[in-house]
Amino acid sequence: MSIISDIVESTKAIIKGMSVTFSKIPKEKWTVQYPDEPVTVQPRYRGQHLLHVDENGKEKCVACFLCAAACPSDCIYIVAADDPRPYEERIGVDNRYAAVYNIDYGRCIFCGFCVEACPKDAITHGYNFELSVYNRADLLKTKDDLLITKQKQSPNYRVAWADEDVDSEYKVV
Amino acid sequence: MDLSNPYIQAALQFLAIFITFNVVLMIVAYTVLAERRILGFIQGRLGPNRVGPGGVLQPFADLLKFIFKEEIVPDKSTRFVYFLAPLIAVTAAMMTLIVYPFGPRVTLPYFGQVELVIARFDIALLYVLAVTSIGVYGIALAGWASNSKYSLMGGLRSSAQMISYELSLGLSLVGVILMSGTLDLYEIVEQQSGWYGFKWNIFPQFIGFVVYLTSAIAETNRVPFDLPEAETELVAGFHTEYSALKFALFFMAEYINMFTVSVLATTLFLGGWNVPGLALLFSPGSIPFAVFSVIGFFVKVFFFLFLYIWLRGTLPRFRFDQLMSFGWKFLLPVALLNVVLTATLVWLGVL
Repeated sequence: MSIISDIVESTKAIIKGMSVTFSKIPKEKWTVQYPDEPVTVQPRYRGQHLLHVDENGKEKCVACFLCAAACPSDCIYIVAADDPRPYEERIGVDNRYAAVYNIDYGRCIFCGFCVEACPKDAITHGYNFELSVYNRADLLKTKDDLLITKQKQSPNYRVAWADEDVDSEYKVV
Repeated sequence: MDLSNPYIQAALQFLAIFITFNVVLMIVAYTVLAERRILGFIQGRLGPNRVGPGGVLQPFADLLKFIFKEEIVPDKSTRFVYFLAPLIAVTAAMMTLIVYPFGPRVTLPYFGQVELVIARFDIALLYVLAVTSIGVYGIALAGWASNSKYSLMGGLRSSAQMISYELSLGLSLVGVILMSGTLDLYEIVEQQSGWYGFKWNIFPQFIGFVVYLTSAIAETNRVPFDLPEAETELVAGFHTEYSALKFALFFMAEYINMFTVSVLATTLFLGGWNVPGLALLFSPGSIPFAVFSVIGFFVKVFFFLFLYIWLRGTLPRFRFDQLMSFGWKFLLPVALLNVVLTATLVWLGVL
C-alpha cells in the first residue's frame, strides 16, 4: 500500500516541520533593535579611522604618505609640514608631521590597507560607523574629526570582548 | 419606532452590513499585521513593531502609504478591464460576508428574538461557493489586462488552479450537506449543537475537513499553493503591474478570502458558534450565552487564520505539475470517496 504509506509519511513530515516552526515562535530573536539597543561590533570591526597619539599626546603620524599610497580608492589627502621645535612643544612625535590629514568617506571602502601600511601605527580603524550626513561635502573628514583625542564614541554600539563569540550569541541549537 | 416597518428593517439591515464590513476589514488589517509578525517570529525576526505600541498601528500606516503611492498604469494595458479587475476581486470577496451566522438566537430587550446573522436564506452555502468563484475572474482578468508576461502567467496559473481545486472544495462540502440535508448555514450550525455543543461535523466528516482545508488554501492562493503570485518565478504574478490602492484591493481581497474560508471551515466543520458545555452554564437565548458563543466563534476563526500563517511559515511552494497531480489524482478521488462513503452511511441511517 504505497499510497497509504505516502500519506502517512508526508503527514508526519508536515507535522514535524510545523512543530519546528511553532517552537521558534517564543524563542529569543536575532533582531537587535539598533537605535534603542546598542549593537555589538567585533573587536576587529573596521569603522571610521582613528589617528593615534603617543603617551604625551603627540600625534604619531609622520606624514610618510604610505597610507595614501596604499589606498586603492585614493581617499587620503596629506600635507606634510616641518616642525623644528623641541619634542615638548611640537604637535607630532617627529619633526615631520601631517599638517592636513583628510579622509574622504565618500570614497573610502574600509579595506584597511592604510592601517596595514602605516609603519608608526598612527592610523587604525575605530568602531564608529554612523557616518551618514545630509551634505556630501560633510563626508570629507579632517584631522579634527579623526584624532583619537577628538572623536567621541557613539552610544549605539558596544565592542565585543576579544574572546566573545558574537555570531552565536543568540544561537540556541 | 415600529420594528415591522419595512423601511426601518431595511435601515437596520444596512446598519448591520455596514458594521460587519468594517469589523471584517479591521480583522483583515490585523490579520496582515499578525501574519507579518508571526512570520517574523518563526524566522527569528521581530516583524513590524515600530508604529504604535508593538506595531498595532502598522495597518493604518500601510493604508496611508497605499493611498499616497503613485498609480502606475501600463501603456498597453486594456484600461477598462485593468481597472475593473481589482474591483471584481474585492467585491466578490466582500459579498460573501453577509451570510455567515456568527452567533446563536438571542433575546434582546426591545428587539425581541434576534438571530445573529445578517441574511439568512436557504441556499447560503451555494451562494458562498458561487460568489467566491467570481473572484477568480478578478485575478484572471488582472493577469490578462496588464499585458505583461508575468501577469498573464499568473492569471493562467490561477485559472487552472481554481478549476482543479474548486472541484474538490465543492465535493468536500457535499458530505456536510448530505449529513445536514440543508444549504442554510444557520441551520447547519444549529444541527451541530447536540452533545452539549460538541456534535461538530469534523468528527464524522474528518476526511472532508482535511480535503476542504487543503483546497481552501489553494482557493485563496496561499503558500504552499501560491503559484499565481510565485515571487521567485513571476515577480508578483497577476498583480505585477498593479500599484498603490489597486494593489491594496487585491491584497485585501486575498485576506478577506482567507477570512471567508476560515469562517466557512468553522461554520461547517467546527460547529460555528457552538461552545462545548456553554449551555450548562447559561440558558440558551440569554445575552451572556450569545456573547460567549460569539467569542467562541471568533476563537475558532482566528485559529484557522493562525493555521494559514503557520503553514506559510513552514511549507515551500509546490511545483506546477505537483500541484496539478495532487489536485486531480489525490484530492479529487479522496473527496469523491468521502461523498460516496457519507452518502452510503446516510442512506443506511448511521449518520
